Amino acid sequence: MITFMNNSDSEEEPCNERTSLMSAESPPIPSYQDGLQASAAGEAQAHRKRRAGSSRGPSNIASGEMSGSGVPVRENALENEEEELTLKYGAKHVIMLFVPVTLCMIVVVATIKSVRFYTEKNGQLIYTPFSEDTPSVGQRLLNSVLNTIVMISVIIVMTVFLVLLYKYRCYKFIHGWLILSSLMLLFLFTYIYLGEVLKTYNVAMDYPTLFIVIWNFGAVGMICIHWKGPLQLQQAYLIMISALMALVFIKYLPEWSAWVILGAISIYDLMAVLCPKGPLRMLVETAQERNEPIFPALIYSSAMMWTVGMAKPDTAARGPCQQTWDAAEDGREHLRSPSHAESQMSEMRSPVPTHPITSLEELEEEERGVKLGLGDFIFYSVLVGKAAATASGDWNTTLACFVAILIGLCLTLLLLAVFKKALPALPISITFGLIFYFSTDNLVRPFMDTLASHQLYI
Amino acid sequence: PAFGLFIFTIARDPLRIIILIAGAFFWLVSLLLSSLIWFIAVKASDPQDEQLQKGLLIFGVMFSVLLQEAFRFLYYKLLRKAIEGLVALSEDGCSPISIQQMAYVAGVGFGLMSGAFSMINLLADALGPGTVGIHGDSQLYFLTSAFMTMVLIFLHTFWGILFFHGCEHRRWWEIAAVVIMHLTVSGLSFCNPLYVGSLVPSYLLMAAAAAWAYLLSGGSAQNLRRFLLCKC
Repeated sequence: MITFMNNSDSEEEPCNERTSLMSAESPPIPSYQDGLQASAAGEAQAHRKRRAGSSRGPSNIASGEMSGSGVPVRENALENEEEELTLKYGAKHVIMLFVPVTLCMIVVVATIKSVRFYTEKNGQLIYTPFSEDTPSVGQRLLNSVLNTIVMISVIIVMTVFLVLLYKYRCYKFIHGWLILSSLMLLFLFTYIYLGEVLKTYNVAMDYPTLFIVIWNFGAVGMICIHWKGPLQLQQAYLIMISALMALVFIKYLPEWSAWVILGAISIYDLMAVLCPKGPLRMLVETAQERNEPIFPALIYSSAMMWTVGMAKPDTAARGPCQQTWDAAEDGREHLRSPSHAESQMSEMRSPVPTHPITSLEELEEEERGVKLGLGDFIFYSVLVGKAAATASGDWNTTLACFVAILIGLCLTLLLLAVFKKALPALPISITFGLIFYFSTDNLVRPFMDTLASHQLYI
Repeated sequence: PAFGLFIFTIARDPLRIIILIAGAFFWLVSLLLSSLIWFIAVKASDPQDEQLQKGLLIFGVMFSVLLQEAFRFLYYKLLRKAIEGLVALSEDGCSPISIQQMAYVAGVGFGLMSGAFSMINLLADALGPGTVGIHGDSQLYFLTSAFMTMVLIFLHTFWGILFFHGCEHRRWWEIAAVVIMHLTVSGLSFCNPLYVGSLVPSYLLMAAAAAWAYLLSGGSAQNLRRFLLCKC
């Protein structure tokens, strides 16, 4: 689910983020073919070619265009190699996603633990109109369910709206919307966050300095996310805005509503990505048909797609020409099998002796990665942050949720490698996280506390 | 030290990290189940009876140890299957990671998780103001906890190696030895706060387990000597 940046008027819009996982091979990258003087990342090309030739499951983009590009016969021979390399690269990709998710969670937990602002209740967002301050349990439960319904319907509406806009090619509108929301996020929330952190640590900062700092931060962020920038910087920015968004959620969502919303969102994600008429799925398929990158600012990609101009192998290689997917495109991150692209890439390269541009091989090998929707980041962090904020078992619960989410991510990536199409990243992880949160908080905590007080070890 | 182990030996290879996290997960699940049992037992019994509570606690601890070992076994089974998959998928027909490495990583995973759960609340409290042992408890509480946790983490690592080795070669007595050692160590911790009773034997047991695991992994006194002499 697209959780964020797309807000036009309020921070809640973010809920539209996609939370599905997408593999790095996005359609937008024009493929490169052996022997063909096509431009763009050969990876995508190679990958697509493989997909086209392969009898494996539906590959997003591959099926579309590749067939028409005169796929060489050697595709079939390489198919087997693809499979073999799947797992080998699989682990690397998992780690590539572990690290940012972990970083985001660490930032959120650190902030929650230290800055008091984010755990105070200062009102609720308009997306959760029902208050939870009611005296009776039943009423509270009812209110939280109603809150969830409101929130989910807002998300659904926004997602459908986005898909419609995309379908009817109102790109300017979408871009404007994204820019506006990322602008707001980068400036406003950073300002609030910085203010609170400074307050907590009792550091004085004058307004001009603050202005300069925030201006620089925001401007660089906008450029990095929506245009071009070094990969690591962009990843760092995406992590930061996910963390900021998650903090906002943690602060403004009432307790029970937050948990019910988390559960409902994972169900929604499951349906939206897997059902044939699901909005997310339609978005991805449309993007693939048109061979375009999904919007920037909505996807975290672990590697950049470099378009390599075939004509100038030496110079063009390093330029991240087509940021299609890497620039936080809004596209849902569909989990596609990452290894495919990479393995294919490398496979493609090696048996091509005739290709003059051999230097590009190494360049492109690093570029496959997996894409994960920013919404996924946000909701994982919300889960862990809420666990840190509200659990009385403190760190144990937080740690348990953290491990649970990572394992869920692992499993999801494994499924991605098996199914090779866009998959929702939320359900498994969130389910594990929720189970572990509630069980650790209620069951493990008394046990561990008793053990610790007697200093027993198990 | 355990964290250092992690950084130097595991953090390089992504596959190992995954195995580590999965190991931690398995330990967590075993803890969950055992605390569930304990919780049910406590709820079903009389909360006022001190002796009964203590007895239930002991029972809980023992049960938890047994469950941990059971989960280690399950994890071993899972890793076996994974190795077969990896071998099938790798290019040159041999797995990128051996079962011994997996045993080591799994042990570290278990150990880290158990250590983290034991220590982290203590650490968090230690950051705040306060006096240790103000109510007449031992003043060495933090220190001993730290040492105990460290020994437990190392022990888990060695037990992992021993356990997997025992499973590989079908030597049931090795597995039984691991279980018994685990039970012993946990039981020894009942002697707390009489620290001499718990810490010293635990360290001795750890040394024994370390030597055993070292021998099993193919080391020998000669290797050790060569290693030490080369370095210095």
